[in-house]
Amino acid sequence: MWQYISGVISLGLIYVIATVGLAVFTGFTGLFSLGHAAFFAIGAYTAAILTYFYGYNFYLALALGAAAGGLVGFLIGYPTLKAKLRTDYFAIATLGFGEAIRVLLENLPITQGARGLPGIRAYTTLPVLVVCTGMVMMFAWNLIHSRHGRASIAIREDFVAAEMMGVNIFIGRLRSLVFSAACAGLAGGLFAHYYCFIQPSMFSSYMSTQMTAAVVAGGMGSISGPAIATLIFIGIPEALRVANIWRLVAYGLILVLIMIFRPQGLMGYKELNMDMIRGWGRRIRKAVGA
Amino acid sequence: MSGPVLELTGVTKLFGGITACKDISFTLPKGQIMGLIGPNGAGKTTAFNLITGVYGLTGGAVKLEGEAITGLRPDLIVRKGIARTFQNIRLFRNLCVLDNVIIALDCHETYLLASSFLRLPSVRRREKAVREQAMTFLAAVGLEDKAATRADAMPYGLQRKLEIARALALKPRLLLLDEPAAGMNPEESLDLARLIRKIHEDFQLTTLLIEHHMDVVMALCEKIFVMNFGEKLAEGSAEAIQRDPDVLKAYLGEGFKRAQHTIA
Repeated sequence: MWQYISGVISLGLIYVIATVGLAVFTGFTGLFSLGHAAFFAIGAYTAAILTYFYGYNFYLALALGAAAGGLVGFLIGYPTLKAKLRTDYFAIATLGFGEAIRVLLENLPITQGARGLPGIRAYTTLPVLVVCTGMVMMFAWNLIHSRHGRASIAIREDFVAAEMMGVNIFIGRLRSLVFSAACAGLAGGLFAHYYCFIQPSMFSSYMSTQMTAAVVAGGMGSISGPAIATLIFIGIPEALRVANIWRLVAYGLILVLIMIFRPQGLMGYKELNMDMIRGWGRRIRKAVGA
Repeated sequence: MSGPVLELTGVTKLFGGITACKDISFTLPKGQIMGLIGPNGAGKTTAFNLITGVYGLTGGAVKLEGEAITGLRPDLIVRKGIARTFQNIRLFRNLCVLDNVIIALDCHETYLLASSFLRLPSVRRREKAVREQAMTFLAAVGLEDKAATRADAMPYGLQRKLEIARALALKPRLLLLDEPAAGMNPEESLDLARLIRKIHEDFQLTTLLIEHHMDVVMALCEKIFVMNFGEKLAEGSAEAIQRDPDVLKAYLGEGFKRAQHTIA
């Protein structure tokens, strides 16, 4: 039983790492991506190939996987963001990019095409995941509370006004994209060494959509919100396994309900903090007492 | 004697076949408040957008303290020392009042991305200093007790003041105010005029003001530039403009009486 639970938690944390990165890009910088699974895949394949074929140290491979994700983020972000693609246009560009990467992985010799890479070593353990998650959340929090992160928030709020505050919009957007792509790459590397098998079809646009959905449902402008939403989204289908095929319906229903009753997301623009928890406690006590 | 802070020579902007600004030239000496007036659609805000680099110029040149800034990106022009407010308020609405000002102050910060990620002690020190500085700018417009309020939760008049505080936090040499008194009643607008006079003096600014409230304009501006259909209609002292027959006909109205404009 514990093995099963720790498995669900591990998978949850892997996605939390990717989602927290995406939260910086979508939640704080205000751009939507439908192709983040591609960065995840690039990180997964880079790290897996390095340990599998070249015998690299796992941690070095993870770092290089994250770097590869970030680098590709830079390469795709430079032309699209320079051309000032915004909102839906940018989202469509990332959608196409995501599919292109998947097709590329299916056709490269080194990735062994659609057959995938079996037999990757299981280096990813729960403690490794906890440390990585903690680090990524800390980096994201520090970034948001610095001049660099605030520039991104200014761009989300009003890019014309942001420019009048001396913010370079292109750099601000690109920086967030590269950070989120590197986080997705790191998550990918961890994923590969957790599942021990990767194939291109795992990194479909469904995965990208799920990540973006978690950010929106968790709260645009929050780090803890999307992290919690991710854990719920990973946990609920597992908890509802007894309901068989209906669990996917439940998943969709939950998403719709969040959008109706909390359009600002679970956390809105706030972070989970002690005051909030105490507030819930008071409300629960009141409800129970009344 | 130093040269003018702002110098426009032959500034022209065409949008397709429409001439939004045609051959606009003026100079703004250091320490002056100049008014830019004219009917709606005369090209006043376009002139602001041309000075701040939001639009590229079709022709002409803009100089800030003798240095050509024509064709620079808006964020670089801001860093050269021009700050502006917007006709239709553009605050960072979901952020608190204090953060709105902090974002403006951030443009003077230089710490690196790596130190942001690690939140080094040097970054913490800067963050604290910036916070304290932001409070002084809020105090300058009387918003110090609103620091934690969400920007869009404030009444309209205070949002206007926050926009001014945010512009001041950029520590500009030249301040452009685009209809700061829009939507205010006569009392409120005179209050605002007093505030503008005060910050203009306290921060040793040079100010260019677009405004339709003539009591504000006449009370504040030594010199006035009048535009109509994208062109210069008249230029001169407040007194001369109020007597100018062209201005009376095109904008102020023939029945415009010279009011007694006094602000404490």
